[in-house]
Amino acid sequence: MEPNTFLGIEYGFIMIVPVLGGALAAAGLLVWWERRLLGFWQDRLGPNRLGPFGILQIVADVIKLFTKDDWVPPFADRVVFTLAPAAIAAGMLMGFVVVPFGPGLAVVDLNIGVLFFLAMTAVTVYGVLLGGLASNNKYSLLGGLRTGAQMVTYEVFMGLSIMGVVLLSGSFSLSEIVKAQEEGMWFVFPQVLGFIVFFIAGLAETHRLPFDLPEAEHELAAGFHTEYSSMKFGLIMVGEYIGVILSSAMIVTLFFGGWLGPAFLPPIVWFTLKTAFFVCSFILLRAAIPRPRYDQLMSLGWKVLLPITLVNLLATGAIALLQQGA
Amino acid sequence: MSLELALFYLAALVSLSATVLTVTRTNASHALIYLIISLLAVALIFFLLGAPFAAALEIVIYAGAIMVLFLFVVMMLNLGRETVAQERRWLAPKMWIGPGIFAAVLLLELLYLIVGTEVVTSGKGVSPKEVGIELFGPYLLAVELASILLLAALVGAFHLGRRYMRARREEIE
Repeated sequence: MEPNTFLGIEYGFIMIVPVLGGALAAAGLLVWWERRLLGFWQDRLGPNRLGPFGILQIVADVIKLFTKDDWVPPFADRVVFTLAPAAIAAGMLMGFVVVPFGPGLAVVDLNIGVLFFLAMTAVTVYGVLLGGLASNNKYSLLGGLRTGAQMVTYEVFMGLSIMGVVLLSGSFSLSEIVKAQEEGMWFVFPQVLGFIVFFIAGLAETHRLPFDLPEAEHELAAGFHTEYSSMKFGLIMVGEYIGVILSSAMIVTLFFGGWLGPAFLPPIVWFTLKTAFFVCSFILLRAAIPRPRYDQLMSLGWKVLLPITLVNLLATGAIALLQQGA
Repeated sequence: MSLELALFYLAALVSLSATVLTVTRTNASHALIYLIISLLAVALIFFLLGAPFAAALEIVIYAGAIMVLFLFVVMMLNLGRETVAQERRWLAPKMWIGPGIFAAVLLLELLYLIVGTEVVTSGKGVSPKEVGIELFGPYLLAVELASILLLAALVGAFHLGRRYMRARREEIE
């Protein structure tokens, strides 16, 4: 490898601290923010008692989680059961490694950035699957199986929907993709189908409502994390919120120009604002749309989203070829 | 360079021990976890050798898709204590002799070949673009053959699934 790669890694080591801290703090804040927003949209108050706007509710929740009994079921596979929540949170956090928060502001600017993101979301599937398997409980097992099927299915569309962007920018590197949008336009305009599919796939990948069938409480208790309590449950929740932030950050980077914006605000502020907007729209979807049936979810994927992404990819490829030929 | 070398040997050590543990575990899900770890370590080795594209695909396809399906099957099979005991019986010391001898022969051959050569890789990174140009240039025929094979598999799977679904539908009616 080139010698300056190591300089890049050294520089990236400094970036790890704010990225890790920022992602974890934002995930914690999101627990409260989601409940407040849901309250607002559903015409009720939400948590507003503790501290200004109820923001200390997070502290109260964390104290509650820490003081709860950290119980491992005697029938569970102890080691795997304990490690599964860590795999979920770690996989999602690893995804942040390649996100460019501003010009040159990424832990590492890999030339396979897009693929790295896909690889890390693929790894988080194991946390959920193994958590369900190790719990040794039929609700957990069914929840884990559903998650496996759902995430593997939607990973396909997630990957394919990004390929249009990769074609237009000519690179897998996320900072190159943002730079390509600086010269042309935001990729959401030529790649509107890709954006819609990526958004839906991001929703399914983080198994958020309305696609939270792995943990659908009306039929599966709490799905794969039925047996989890205390901070293990907390870690699963944190992993899920980090996933929401990661999906939003990727939507912004790939389709909405990343850190780009008018010059009166610094790039990183633009990036944060755009990401926050998509986080809020994730929450709005939760408040607005009912949960589909499981077979509806799968047939939506294979019968609607797959053809759309393939047609989109074909059209993008044809246009790119025509422009090159002219 | 020495840091890269150390990382390489660390990843190789992890990969080898995880693979050995994959074979010797009697609990199927534990064996699968070790196999996944082994694949992740191999991806790291690819990355260190300057093939980031191959590394990413190793994780996305092998660890991310194929092994998930393996785990899926293990989850559905409902393996319990009996299967662990059965595995333990099958992994008796006596059955290690044959495979051990053959593997040792291959290892010796590999060592002989490695000692003979000076440089294993060119040591320069290969970008995804170069891989693409190679694949759709000189190796286009291989790509086409692979896609035909995958298409055949897809059609076959669809055919089998359709027959099963028809039987189910008649059952319901």
